[in-house]
Amino acid sequence: MTDPTDITPEGDANLIETEYEIGQDNISTHIGPFDLDIHNPVFLVSGLTIVAFVFLTLAFQDSVGPMFNDMRGWLTSTFDWFFLGAANVFVVLCLVLVVSPLGKVRLGGTDATPDYSYAGWFAMLFAAGMGIGLMFYGVSEPISHFSSSFAEGAGSPDSWAPLSGAAGDTEGAIRLGMAATIFHWALHPWAIYAVVALALALFSYNKGLPLTMRSMFYPIFGERVWGWTGHIIDILAVFATLFGLATSLGFGAEQASAGLDFLFGLPATETTKVFLIIGITGLALLSVVAGLDAGVKRLSEINMALAVLLLLFVVLVGPTVAIVTGFFSNLVSYLEYLVPLSNPVGRTDANFSQGWTAFYWAWWISWSPFVGMFIARVSRGRSVREFIVCVLLIPSLVCVFWMTAFGGTAISQIVNDGYQAVADASLELKLFTMLEGLPLHQITSFVGIVLVIVFFVTSSDSGSLVIDTITAGGKIDSPVTQRVFWAVFEGLVAIALLLGGGLGALQAMAVSTGFPFTIVLLLACYAIVRGLMSEPKG
Amino acid sequence: MYSKLMVPVDLAHVERLEKALNTAADLAKLYNLPVCYVGVSASAPSKIAHTPAEFSRKMQEFGQSQASKYGLSDVTTAAYISHDPAIDLDDTLMKAAKDSGADLVVMASHVPGLAEHIFASNAGYFASYADVSVMVVR
Repeated sequence: MTDPTDITPEGDANLIETEYEIGQDNISTHIGPFDLDIHNPVFLVSGLTIVAFVFLTLAFQDSVGPMFNDMRGWLTSTFDWFFLGAANVFVVLCLVLVVSPLGKVRLGGTDATPDYSYAGWFAMLFAAGMGIGLMFYGVSEPISHFSSSFAEGAGSPDSWAPLSGAAGDTEGAIRLGMAATIFHWALHPWAIYAVVALALALFSYNKGLPLTMRSMFYPIFGERVWGWTGHIIDILAVFATLFGLATSLGFGAEQASAGLDFLFGLPATETTKVFLIIGITGLALLSVVAGLDAGVKRLSEINMALAVLLLLFVVLVGPTVAIVTGFFSNLVSYLEYLVPLSNPVGRTDANFSQGWTAFYWAWWISWSPFVGMFIARVSRGRSVREFIVCVLLIPSLVCVFWMTAFGGTAISQIVNDGYQAVADASLELKLFTMLEGLPLHQITSFVGIVLVIVFFVTSSDSGSLVIDTITAGGKIDSPVTQRVFWAVFEGLVAIALLLGGGLGALQAMAVSTGFPFTIVLLLACYAIVRGLMSEPKG
Repeated sequence: MYSKLMVPVDLAHVERLEKALNTAADLAKLYNLPVCYVGVSASAPSKIAHTPAEFSRKMQEFGQSQASKYGLSDVTTAAYISHDPAIDLDDTLMKAAKDSGADLVVMASHVPGLAEHIFASNAGYFASYADVSVMVVR
């Protein structure tokens, strides 16, 4: 932009005419020396509700904990068909959009150019919403599904095996176990994120509405979306995001300290865990204060580089040929089992389809306001087709490869090398036990634990940005104090729940928000199609 | 003495800039300088503009209104889009000063308080690090 008067127009887009002015419900004030610019009901109600829930959980642990857990269990077992069916709708919608003419619509107008390069964009996609899960479940989940499928009695009503299992058949159990794991990490979760991100990006960059959850409901609720209907959607999004992040941070600290204990003999006391939370929160603070480009993006890139190094190491040092051929055979198994695994009705494997799949779907969906909104924030300038290829298809393939490398190696250690330790290790130590079976494990385990911690930082910083934007009524230039507040608040909630008990209860609560959000996301699908149809294509 | 004047503006709070805008116009007339008004916005919709294109139109309109209000003959505007304006504002303005070739900057600032010891004020930061002359109007 060297010539100040020569500014490239962004081309055509179909703005929505609304009376609403962004920030009209905001309060701009000072508290002490700090500037504030916050959305009036959303900031206060979500902040106070979160505090109230924390206190209630701490005060009435014996009754509140089981209540939230029962609610979560009831939702995923009663509405398993709803979760499974809805997730299928999201996948089908995305795949249809890739091949339909609607895929030509560009986010930000016909002439918009991408805000971020592919490398930075991918790094942020993974670092925000999935990286941490890949670290923990990359080894443990393939082993779980392989073992339950292989076990005697697989396929009986008590079994946790997917579908009818493959009792006594090693090859069959590997195929089914890997397919079932990939099923939970590939197309479906990324389609959930893609739907939210696409709806938000479309209604914000092309329709001119504020970058906040409520905007995607404009085609359904019209101007009412600026009133309490919209406030509730936004408050629910803040609630799900904050509790999702805070409880993950609490559990993450437990898992990271177990790892430190395993590697360095550092006792996993509460003090260690609290210091881990403080450390992670401190790094997240530095990152949000450094900003989206200098902080969040740079950290995500470092994170990705480390993850790729670890992946390459496992591929080269582990069973290289088996991993490379496994990638293709697992992809084939995944596609082979995709339809039966995603079938929402008439399932005979209730433990698996409700306890694993429906739980996972509720979990991904409860994270989708946060991850989807963050993806939307960094995806301006991409065409819908490019967006879906890059947010759905490529990440799915990366997950297939990751699961093959980590899970496949672990299964091969058990089956071929008789290395039973990896099967016996507790969940949070499976990754480190698997690495111990490979050379140079002290270095790789250290890289592993650094990755776990940095992935938490990159979830925490992007989460704070998202909560800040929602509670500022869609403004992304609100005072820095506010994002600092949310990052600190998240750390404090995590510490309170860690020390007082209640991490599990509130995580169940956060996952339960997946139910209302499933309805929200189905409405969003309708809004996306309507919104895209009115856009110029080019 | 100077060859070009740059004036950073926040279109959301034009009323708070009155004194700085007056001062800038007086200086421009005194030294017969071309003026470049610079605005920074996010790519997401804001109160001022729904799209980057609308933001740059609004900046041009603002420049024209200043030109006619103060009788300035040589006015340009520049609209910058930042990924994270709450953080990147200072650096974006620094870049704008370079791009526009301005050697004098007039900008408004509020009176510094306690918060400025933690997060530097924009004008304060700019005056400390820019290699051109800066006049901070309070």
